[in-house]
Amino acid sequence: MKCDIILAGVGGQGILSIATVLGYAAVESGLYLKQAEVHGMSQRGGDVQSHFRISDKPIYSDLVQKGKADLIISVEPMESLRYLPYLNKDGWLVTNTVPVVNIDNYPDLEAVMAEIKKLPRHIAIDGDKIARDVNNLKGMNMVLAGAASVFIDLDFNLMKKGIECIFAKKGEEIIKANIAALTAGREFSEKNR
Amino acid sequence: MTKKKMLLMGDEAIAQGAMDAGASGFYAYPGTPSTEIMEYVQHSKMAAQRNIHRTWSANEKTAVEGALGMSYAGKRTMSMMKHVGLNVAMDPFVNSGITGANGGCIVTVADDPSMHSSQDEQDSRILSKFAFIPILEPSNQQEAYDMCFYGYELSEKYMTPVMMRVTTRLAHSRSGVEVREALPQKEIKLPEDKRQFVLLPSIARRRYKGVLETQKKLLEESENAGWNRYIDGKDKSLGIIACGLGFNYLMENFDGECPYPVVKLSQYPAPKKMIKKLVEECKEILVLEDGMPMVEEDLRGLLDRDVKVKGRITGELPRDGELNPNLVALALGLKDVEGQPVPKIVAPRPPKMCTGCGHIDMYNAINATVKAKYGDGHVFSDIGCYTLGAFPPFEAINSCVDMGASITMAKGAADAGLFPAIAVIGDSTFCHSGMTGLLDAVIDKSNIIVFIGDNSTTGMTGGQDSHALGRLTSIVKGLGVDPDHIRIVNPVRKNHDEFVKIINEELEYNGVSVIIPTRECMQTLRRKTKDAKK
Repeated sequence: MKCDIILAGVGGQGILSIATVLGYAAVESGLYLKQAEVHGMSQRGGDVQSHFRISDKPIYSDLVQKGKADLIISVEPMESLRYLPYLNKDGWLVTNTVPVVNIDNYPDLEAVMAEIKKLPRHIAIDGDKIARDVNNLKGMNMVLAGAASVFIDLDFNLMKKGIECIFAKKGEEIIKANIAALTAGREFSEKNR
Repeated sequence: MTKKKMLLMGDEAIAQGAMDAGASGFYAYPGTPSTEIMEYVQHSKMAAQRNIHRTWSANEKTAVEGALGMSYAGKRTMSMMKHVGLNVAMDPFVNSGITGANGGCIVTVADDPSMHSSQDEQDSRILSKFAFIPILEPSNQQEAYDMCFYGYELSEKYMTPVMMRVTTRLAHSRSGVEVREALPQKEIKLPEDKRQFVLLPSIARRRYKGVLETQKKLLEESENAGWNRYIDGKDKSLGIIACGLGFNYLMENFDGECPYPVVKLSQYPAPKKMIKKLVEECKEILVLEDGMPMVEEDLRGLLDRDVKVKGRITGELPRDGELNPNLVALALGLKDVEGQPVPKIVAPRPPKMCTGCGHIDMYNAINATVKAKYGDGHVFSDIGCYTLGAFPPFEAINSCVDMGASITMAKGAADAGLFPAIAVIGDSTFCHSGMTGLLDAVIDKSNIIVFIGDNSTTGMTGGQDSHALGRLTSIVKGLGVDPDHIRIVNPVRKNHDEFVKIINEELEYNGVSVIIPTRECMQTLRRKTKDAKK
């Protein structure tokens, strides 16, 4: 088993919460893991990415090789396209459709969506709306994690357990809300893949 | 016994490793990608229980000196910094190569090839070699952890500081690390030679000869300690020297089974015997280094004879920027596997100042006065979030060189007759290296205005405590700035006119003015509010 993932978004969107949930499930499954993060300057509203690798064999590189990623998970549509050179020819792109427009020259959203739709394997999901639908205004990241989970060979129950651990301090309500977001995301992908 | 495994970033593995190896004190100034080492220690229960020193230092020089003092007292210690921080600390660093260490002393330097968050991509291995200080360069998180134990032993055995050199990708990448049972801290034990640390010329000359002599033993350590390995391969048409992370990218390309002989290089001085064997057995040599071509240059030598060496100098790898698996694949002559190109419509998204940041109000006021009246070219800035004032819509600053250079460059430009000459610096950077420059300006009665953007934190690196907190104005007064020309303003939109008035008044004054826009960093405030809720 091997899964190389690029997590993408804009500094401040919190892509690392997705990595934490996936990471928990991977470690509990006894898999090897390497996860390279971006810290520092780019966190100030710039483009950020994380290379997330899991495997049942030892992993050497902290970085995913271009052309070898099995999956891109992006919490922002334009950012999902920035990492296409990483995606392998059979890879899936799972992206949120809600843009973060913090630059003057943000492209036409329809053109962005057209580029995404050109890909033979993609899931474009309005993570913000689905999060609202399950009454979890901050749950977009978990919706995306759920939507991507369909393409990762990890036990879904372990991902739920990951949420329980990560949000343990915040109480039962928050845990439930995030599991609901995760599950709603997964259901969307199952229907639309 | 099942071994305990932790999921740690490279930085965290170093922090945990040093604590487990019995470190009594950590000394550092924040700087990407090294910051998380100290942050990990500060959040560690073990550090609190063991009363390990873990407060920030004013700058990297005071950090390395503090650590050297702890080593003098016989305890194990670590100083941490980013590569450009080592420049600030070069004085104690180089001379600690001559004094040597007493208690184990590791200087951890995190380099940033590709300049993700830096103004250059210098390679600290070269500076450590210059200082005769041995280097450990882990290739993964586990080695980073384990090397702390070995590093302290090496340091104490040969009475020398040891450099731990990592680069961004290891510093900020997580992986499973098997941890060991923690060693106790050392007791206070003064150096046996009471003159060891007294670098008077007569003593320094004697010590220097000793340091040169020790190099032979350090070379033997490199050959035998096990961190450097000769890994045989069937195909002798190529031999590969893979330094630090370079080894990972090599193995990634061959799924762990490289057909060529490899020297995995993680300890310096570079192991001569191993490399000699590789050169003798193989037709060509490829050197993979995450940084500058140090080993490649050494191997090539001045005359470029005998050995056919490939790498960054010959163009198989790019001369600048960090390594990655794709670049290494190309250097190995493998097929490029890159996916499809980035669509043209994707726009760059550079970092920017946060909505509501006080620096924005500061630049609006500076642009409404200095830029409006005198045009571009008058503002010297510094290292911090406010450096983002170089980008639109502000385009307000004309320099960013090194920590503290805003004040001294403004002074030098004023000396040359430039008017107005403006410096923009943050509160933490001011305490790091701005204070001495301001003293120069006070002594010379330079005609400059210094803005100290006081956001009560070290913002760019994630909100560490600033030494200026609660004492900025008294420091400025103490350095001799006329209190009538120390002006404090709350940088919010409704105070724009007042801010502009203050700047105009100070432009009229021929001397050193210090204007301190004071408002807490939005991010730090948000984090504090969040923590308070917990």
